[in-house]
Amino acid sequence: MLLEMKDVSVEFTGMRGSVQVLKNISLNISKGEILGIVGESGSGKSVTALSILRLLGNNAKTSNGEILFNGTDLLKIRTKEIQALRGKKIGMVFQEPMTALHPTMKIGRQLAEVIERHRAVSKKAAFRLAVQALKDVHIHDPELVAAKYPFELSGGMRQRIVIALAMAAPPDLLIADEPTTALDVTIQAEILNLIKELNNKNDTSVLIITHDMGVISQLCQRTLVMYGGEIVESGSTNGVLKNPKHPYTKALLNALPDLADPAQPLQAIPGEIMDLRHRPNGCSFAARCSIAGEYCRTHQPALVEILPQHYTACWKGEKEQND
Amino acid sequence: MSAEIQTVKQIEKPITIHPVWYKLKNNKMTWIGFVIIFVIILTSLLAPVLTSYDPTKIYIVEKFQGPSGKHWFGTDEVGRDILSRILYGGRLSLGMGVLAILITAAIGIVLGTISGFFGGYIDQIIMRIMDMILAFPTLILAMALAAALGPSLQNAMLAIAIVKIPVYVRLARSETLVLREKLFVKSAITFGIHPVRIILKHIVPNSLSPVIIQATLDIGDAILMIATLGFLGLGAQPPTPEWGAMISIGWKYLLDFWWYPTFPGIFLFMSSCAFNLIGDGIRDILDPKSNS
Repeated sequence: MLLEMKDVSVEFTGMRGSVQVLKNISLNISKGEILGIVGESGSGKSVTALSILRLLGNNAKTSNGEILFNGTDLLKIRTKEIQALRGKKIGMVFQEPMTALHPTMKIGRQLAEVIERHRAVSKKAAFRLAVQALKDVHIHDPELVAAKYPFELSGGMRQRIVIALAMAAPPDLLIADEPTTALDVTIQAEILNLIKELNNKNDTSVLIITHDMGVISQLCQRTLVMYGGEIVESGSTNGVLKNPKHPYTKALLNALPDLADPAQPLQAIPGEIMDLRHRPNGCSFAARCSIAGEYCRTHQPALVEILPQHYTACWKGEKEQND
Repeated sequence: MSAEIQTVKQIEKPITIHPVWYKLKNNKMTWIGFVIIFVIILTSLLAPVLTSYDPTKIYIVEKFQGPSGKHWFGTDEVGRDILSRILYGGRLSLGMGVLAILITAAIGIVLGTISGFFGGYIDQIIMRIMDMILAFPTLILAMALAAALGPSLQNAMLAIAIVKIPVYVRLARSETLVLREKLFVKSAITFGIHPVRIILKHIVPNSLSPVIIQATLDIGDAILMIATLGFLGLGAQPPTPEWGAMISIGWKYLLDFWWYPTFPGIFLFMSSCAFNLIGDGIRDILDPKSNS
C-alpha cells in the first residue's frame, strides 16, 4: 500500500470555537492506482488532499489517526522531512492553472528550478530536462514555450505545465485537486488523458479530487464519495456509479443533466450542505435525504461493507440488504 | 499551412514597443525630472572640468563677490567659488541621498519579507522594533541618531537610513502576506522548493514594485534630510562642500549677499523636486492600479 489514511480527523479552530471538517477519514491507494474523491463543495475533499501534504493552515489541527506513506506516518515526521517529500514523492496539482505559476518567471526556468531541486543535475541539464518535461505533457514547440511567461499561455497549456511541474521528480503519488474544473470540456479530456498516460508510464498513483462524475468514470478505478467531512460510500467506480447504495450518491448522480432529454428539469438535491459547526447526532445527510427515517436522525451510521468491496454509511442501505 | 504560419509571424513582429517605454513616452513631467537629475549628476561628475576653482580653497581677497563672468554664482565669506562648491557638493548630496535609500530599502525588504513569510514570533519582534522607530517623528529621531553617532556626513546618512526602514519593512511585509497566500507560492511549496528560495525567487521579485516606487519618492526626501542635518550642523562638517551646510552658513548673509544661500537652495529644490517627478512617473508605470 502506497498511501494509507487511517481515521484521520481535522479540526479548524477559529474565533468562535472549532469545527470538525474531516471526521474519521480512512482511505488507501496502492501503487499505480487512480482513486477518485467526489462530493459537493465543502464536503472536505480538498482538506483531505491538503492534510496528506500537511499544507493546512496553522488553525487546522489533525487531531487523531495516521497517514502512512510508504510506511512512514506523515503526521509524525518533522517539517524538514515533509518538505523533502513534497514534490519529490508526492506531487500536487491545484484547481486554478491561471494563478498556479510564478507570473514573472519564464516557464523553462520554473521547471528547471523544480528539476534542479529534485534531481542531482547541473543547471544546463535541468533546462534540457525541463524542455523534455514540456514535451512529455504534449506541448508543441517546447523550446518556444520554455521561453515564455505564464500570461502568454492558455489555461490548458498552463495546467499541462503545472502537471509537468508536479511530475518533475517524478513522484510516487500525484494529488490532483479539481485539475479540470477551470478548463473547457475539450481541454478537460486532454488533461485527463495526460494524467492517465503519466499514470501508465511512471506507475504513479493518482488521487483525483473532483465534483465531476465524468472525470471519475473516465479515470478512476475506485471512488470515494464524501459528504460533510465523512466518507459516505466507497467502492469500485463501476459499482458506485452503476449501483449506488447511499442516497447522497444517488442524488448526486440524479443531479447530472440528461443530454438526451434536455426538456427535463434539473434535479437538485434539496436543502444545503450542513453547517459543520452543528453536526447532527444522527446521519449527517438525514436532513436532505428523501428516505431518512426517525432512526437515521438519532443514530450515526458506520461505513459497512454492503457488497464485496463496496462500503456505504447508511442505515437504509443495510436494511435493504437485510430485508 | 506554411503560408499561414508566415502571416502569423508577420503580424507578431510590429508589436515591439515595450509597455514601460510606452507609458514613459507620454509622461512629460517624468522626463523633466530625468533631465534635471541627469544634468545635475553630469555637472557634478564633470566638476573638475567645468570649473577651475578648488571648492575648499580659501581666497579671502575675493570674498562676497556677486555673480559675474568670473564667478557665475558669486563667492562666499572666504572667497570660495560657489558654483564649484555646488557642483562638488552635488556628488555628496545626491550620492548620500541615494545611498541612504538603497541601504534602507535593502534592509527593509529583507526584514519585511522574513517578517511576513514566517510570521509568529519573528514577525512580532521585527514589527515591534519598527513600531519603536515609528513612534518618534522622523526628523527628530534622525537628529538624535546623528548627534549620538557624532556629526559627520556618513553618520547623517546612516541616521536617515535607520529612521526610514519601517516604511520599507511594512511595505515588503504587506506584499509578502498577500503573495504568501497566492496559489503559485503555495504550489512552489508543494513542488518542494526550499523556503529561502521561495522568498528570494518567488516573493521578493513580485513585491519589488511598491518598494521601488517608495524608494524613488524617498530619494528627494533623503536629500532634503541630509541637507537639513547639514543645516543643523549634524551632517557634513566645514569645509566640506555640502548644500545643506552651505545654506546653513549662507542664510545669515541672505540680506546682503543673496546669492550665497540662494543658489545651493535652488539646486537642492530642483533635485528634490526632480526625484519626486521621477518617482511619480515610476509609480504610474509600475502600479497596475493606476490607469494612465
